[in-house]
Amino acid sequence: MISFDRVSKRYAEGHDALREVSVNIGRDELVFITGHSGAGKTTLLRMIMLMERPSRGQVMVDGQNLAAIGPRGIPRHRRNIGVVFQNHRLLLDRTVFDNVALPLIIAGYDHREVGRRVRAALDKVGLLDRERAMPVTLSGGEQQRVGIARAVVGRPKILLADEPTGNLDPALSAEIMQLFEEFNQVGVTVLIASHDLALISRLHHRIITLRHGRLVAGSAA
Amino acid sequence: MIGRGRAAAGRTAPVGRRDGASQSRTRWRDQFNGWLIHHRLSAADSMNRVLDNPFSSAMTWLVIGIALALPTGLDVALDNVGQLSASWDSPAQISLFLQDGVSDDRARQLQEELAGRGDIAQAQFVSRAEALEEFRTLSGFAEVLASLDSNPLPHLILVSPADSAAQSSAAALRAELEAYPDVAQAVLDMEWLQRLNSLMELSRRLVLAVGGLLVVGVLLILGNTIRLAIESRREEIVIVKLVGGSNAFVRRPFLYTGLWYGVGGGLFAAILVSASLWFLRQPVSELAMSYQSEFQLRGLGIMGGLNLIILGGLLGLAGAWLAVARHLVEIQPR
Ligand SMILES: Nc1ncnc2c1ncn2[C@@H]1O[C@H](COP(=O)(O)OP(=O)(O)OP(=O)(O)O)[C@@H](O)[C@H]1O
Ligand SMILES: [Mg+2]
Repeated sequence: MISFDRVSKRYAEGHDALREVSVNIGRDELVFITGHSGAGKTTLLRMIMLMERPSRGQVMVDGQNLAAIGPRGIPRHRRNIGVVFQNHRLLLDRTVFDNVALPLIIAGYDHREVGRRVRAALDKVGLLDRERAMPVTLSGGEQQRVGIARAVVGRPKILLADEPTGNLDPALSAEIMQLFEEFNQVGVTVLIASHDLALISRLHHRIITLRHGRLVAGSAA
Repeated sequence: MIGRGRAAAGRTAPVGRRDGASQSRTRWRDQFNGWLIHHRLSAADSMNRVLDNPFSSAMTWLVIGIALALPTGLDVALDNVGQLSASWDSPAQISLFLQDGVSDDRARQLQEELAGRGDIAQAQFVSRAEALEEFRTLSGFAEVLASLDSNPLPHLILVSPADSAAQSSAAALRAELEAYPDVAQAVLDMEWLQRLNSLMELSRRLVLAVGGLLVVGVLLILGNTIRLAIESRREEIVIVKLVGGSNAFVRRPFLYTGLWYGVGGGLFAAILVSASLWFLRQPVSELAMSYQSEFQLRGLGIMGGLNLIILGGLLGLAGAWLAVARHLVEIQPR
């Protein structure tokens, strides 16, 4: 589903965020990416959703070479990927409902379908009763779950999550990881960047480890 | 982008959709429906945003309205002057002012002589006394005229050339008549009309130039207003782009915002022009009456008003497009 072939990323300042990374992730996999701060986890995720382009090497997603996607093709590409951001990135002047509905509005669903799907997604993350709330009135964990609902509401093939449990207590973290496992079980390819080794090593999934931009473990399933 | 609650609740036709297999792929028919839905949402949402800030929106409308009303008002004024001069355009007339010493009899004799000429359709004699009398009743200058001890006016013969359409022949006739020993001065009345016409042409061009400048001004104002709107929604734009919103999707509400500002400005302009004309109507018709003219001030008309609103809307779109083209591409997710 996702493959990196000797991918390097050098930022303008001459800093190498990724060096010769090669990895294959299958369609039905859930994979963790770990590594020290600055190891290149976020950079790797950003490349999959074309927020960043590799300096060298090739990235394939769902059979398509990302180098072949021009600026005009990026929106369509992103619509097939659900993303949970490190800092939620919610629209603060819109309700929870409107935030979760955003990908569906972009995709052009009519409002009944939007209502149905948004409620299903909110139900899944346990926030159905908060659909009229504004994001600022929610706790960090609840905001994170709104972000997850938004990421999955469009039923993407791929789900990326950057530190989805960054500032949550262990119980809530485990709950959220379980949520990701459930999405994976219905056929979504899931890629999660996380520091929380204690948590992710308890779950039995592949773990990719990056160190200073190099892939040091987990390149093969 | 997405409409807020009340806009998002808008009624939309149900669209049949299969679940499951074709999940995130929508077929073109659905896409077209989605496109329509988003247009409706954007239009309503932009309108709500404009109305949510009634004061600053009204200021924008007023500024655009004034900028559009100025050249339009001048143009309407010129139209009226043109209409007025057209009613005086023909027949051309030559006024012969006779020498001081010419007697009434001699003048009458000259009038008959002229009336007999083939190239003159009509010659009308206005004696000094008649002219004075006419002056007295017409213009209310009675006191001034009474204070003069002698009649300052000369005898006048009004000559209508036979072929009034041909300006050149009228001019030749004027020159010929001026050569008569009894004639002090021959004035072709079309001369002032010609001057008026070239003055009008000049004014028209000035209005065009001023109008052009003001249109550019309106574009800049609108561009700046939209730029500020974009700036204030920067974070939202980034998020929409991150979850797959296309440039067209992001652009749409701002284009509608520009459209609403422009349409409102055009409406304000139409109101301003109509109000000014209404304000002037009474004194103008009084003035016209004192000149025994039936002249009525001609207004903007429904079409003129509609055109202003359409022009405003187009300018709004264009200004928004300029701002959007410049500023939206710069905003990329980081
Ligand atoms: N836009 C950028 N310009 C320059 N350097 C960057 C940029 N983004 C990231 N970097 C650098 O690239 C390296 C990898 O960054 P990245 O964000 O991928 O790390 P990370 O593994 O996600 O770290 P963390 O766990 O702290 O989120 C870091 O050294 C960072 O300073
Ligand atoms: Mg990171």
